[in-house]
Amino acid sequence: MRASLLLLADSRLPAGGHAHSGGLEPAVAAGAVRDVPALADFLRGRLATSGLVAAALAAAACAHAARGGGAWAALDAETDARTPSPAQRAASRAQGRSLLRVARTAWASPALDALAGTPGGPHHPAVLGAAAAAMGAAPREAAEITAYMAVTGPASAGIRLLGLDPLAVNRALAVLAADVDAVAAEAAGFADGPWAELPAASAPLLDLYAERHLRTDLRLFES
Amino acid sequence: MGANHDHDPYAATRPHGRALRLGIGGPVGSGKTALTAALCRALRDELDLAVVTNDIYTTEDADFLRREAVLSDDRITAVRTGACPHTAIRDDISANLDACEALQERHPGLDLIIVESGGDNLTALFSQGLADRQIFVLDVAGGDDVPRKGGLGVAAADLLVINKTDLAPLVGSDLAMMGRDAGKVRGGKPVVFSSLRERPGADEVAAWIRGVLHDLAHEHGEHEHEHGRERERAAAS
Ligand SMILES: Nc1nc2c(ncn2[C@@H]2O[C@H](COP(=O)(O)OP(=O)(O)OP(=O)(O)O)[C@@H](O)[C@H]2O)c(=O)[nH]1
Ligand SMILES: [Mg+2]
Repeated sequence: MRASLLLLADSRLPAGGHAHSGGLEPAVAAGAVRDVPALADFLRGRLATSGLVAAALAAAACAHAARGGGAWAALDAETDARTPSPAQRAASRAQGRSLLRVARTAWASPALDALAGTPGGPHHPAVLGAAAAAMGAAPREAAEITAYMAVTGPASAGIRLLGLDPLAVNRALAVLAADVDAVAAEAAGFADGPWAELPAASAPLLDLYAERHLRTDLRLFES
Repeated sequence: MGANHDHDPYAATRPHGRALRLGIGGPVGSGKTALTAALCRALRDELDLAVVTNDIYTTEDADFLRREAVLSDDRITAVRTGACPHTAIRDDISANLDACEALQERHPGLDLIIVESGGDNLTALFSQGLADRQIFVLDVAGGDDVPRKGGLGVAAADLLVINKTDLAPLVGSDLAMMGRDAGKVRGGKPVVFSSLRERPGADEVAAWIRGVLHDLAHEHGEHEHEHGRERERAAAS
């Protein structure tokens, strides 16, 4: 893998990810996740649903950007259609805005410039895909990074929120690695197809958690 | 003006550049919000102002500022820091940049944005990409050996404020020693003592900010002047 791609996947990338738990904080607040096995289940569920959707969107965005990537409105609408919770839409756009700022300072690309015109800021998977394309990466690689981040973000939130053993969490992620690869491969298969046929797996409980989280008084994470 | 313009889309919107971004950091409970409120009251009639708070867990600081009505609600934004206050002001400043840019969009004439950090330890430091200048606030009751211990915030902040001097006799803190120790680690950068309880105006800090803005406007003016002269020379040749 090229070093630029590693930068994009690095949790130290200053793109705002550290303040998002991917729905883990409300899951912890609801008592649904208390230990490492429950976290591993949460991550598996998230990977198979919103992880797959985001990875496919990123793969499609990468392919679109590689073709020149001027018009983004349709993919933006497809993303909204697959993100029923307004709280999750806002979180995705917030992370998309932050990632776009980082990407545009590091990698020149007309497709990234075009994304800057998205009202409310572009969705996160679209920016991930376009950023990957800007460094010459393939849709498969954009999907891999997106699927990987779909589990590593909430995992590190779990360490902070519950004081989980970081070695045990890392082992859970290692066990999940083959699933991450499989989801990325499946997602990459949609890169060049019609956007309307991108996967639309849903996770209603995550949607509910996201909405409930916004109305919580005490919370550490944006989402 | 400012340290880092690379990712700043607003550099050219005002004749003197975008708003000055002032970070206020310091340990939990040292008086950062009290100082922010005091500065808003002192400066709001002469400057176009806004505030970003980095609350640890709640929106308490933002709520306090709104309750005290030091600024209108649309000039106060709270960001969340995912359990790591120093990450949000140093390693990954994106949520704060986003908040600053949204404020600047809403109020294009802003002169000053105060960014209050979440309460943190002595190593906290604002990134140059976020804050153009920074103030570190210490609490006299937090121990009079703190300035001697130094730490990035105490040593590197542009202004060190040693607050709650009213408590010094009660907790047996030696203010003169705190001042001397701070001077040693700070290489001549300014230190002021304050008691926001007894003197809620924060006059010296407000004066320091006026000085910073004045110096920057002056620098900028000279810059413009030079550019003008270059243009004249180019036109003449
Ligand atoms: N005695 C005394 N109390 C003060 C002074 N300044 C602030 N306080 C009080 O100290 C407490 C903490 O002040 P804040 O301004 O909330 O402190 P902070 O640094 O913003 O705290 P966090 O944001 O929670 O880290 C409040 O109860 C203030 O009223 C002072 O000069 N003297
Ligand atoms: Mg405060």
